Amino acid sequence: MMETALTEAVYYILLSLLTPMHGYGIMQNAETLSGGRVRLAAGTLYGALSTLVAKGWIENVPDGGEAGRQKKYRITRLGREVLEGEWNRLGELYENGRMLLKGEDRTI
Amino acid sequence: MRKTVHKVIWGWDFDKEEAWLNDMAAKGLSLISVGLFRYDFEETDPGEYQIALELLEHTPNHPETEQYFRFLEETGVEQIGTVFRWAYYRRKTVDGPFEVFSDKESRMKHLIRILWLIALVAGGNFYAGVYNLWIYHLWHNPISLLGIISLVLCALCCWGIWKLWKKIKQLKEEGQIYE
Repeated sequence: MMETALTEAVYYILLSLLTPMHGYGIMQNAETLSGGRVRLAAGTLYGALSTLVAKGWIENVPDGGEAGRQKKYRITRLGREVLEGEWNRLGELYENGRMLLKGEDRTI
Repeated sequence: MRKTVHKVIWGWDFDKEEAWLNDMAAKGLSLISVGLFRYDFEETDPGEYQIALELLEHTPNHPETEQYFRFLEETGVEQIGTVFRWAYYRRKTVDGPFEVFSDKESRMKHLIRILWLIALVAGGNFYAGVYNLWIYHLWHNPISLLGIISLVLCALCCWGIWKLWKKIKQLKEEGQIYE
């Protein structure tokens, strides 16, 4: 299903949206999770959210009709599958790196 | 106290414009409103604000843009004003480093958007220039000043397109190694 690696921004957005939250929450969450390394700028995040909604990986959470309220998003089942696929891919990268980089420590 | 500065900066040098506005903000003069080649500043604490600008995808009064501005507001971004499709923002420095785009892909998309706009202006000026010169020629008039101005503007835009293209190419090359 996956064509290629997800961008770091998309990975952290999907990961954040396992819990429904609004845009600013995603920015803060990504920064906290990555220990301050990943800062999602508002323009980048807005573009990514629109794309992900269009792809059906995330969706808007109905907000009870309160006009002008911040939009909340949550991950969809499809989004979760993509996220898990990416997690597996990252695991493979990590494992192979561990095996070859730290291979000298390995006892067969 | 307010201070107004008139300065000509072309769209392809928007990063230099941003750097200049941030220098001013660092000195305690934060942008408060904008017009064509006009910048109004207000006195603030030095470094209180950081400035950023963006060429919008839609016109400033488009519903999509309104929604986008609302989103920016939620993240602490204050919209200062717009000139054509250019939007100027500021955000308090205490909220952390301020940029509109944080990855190569969105930066590249933004640059390409600017490139297309300038290409459109270049094309329009080329057409106007050639048309005016040709009409004057047909009427046996001396050379059309308007035609010359249009062609000069077209050449200027081509220079801008070349500069933007270099920036895009550099990002592309980096993108082959890093995300």
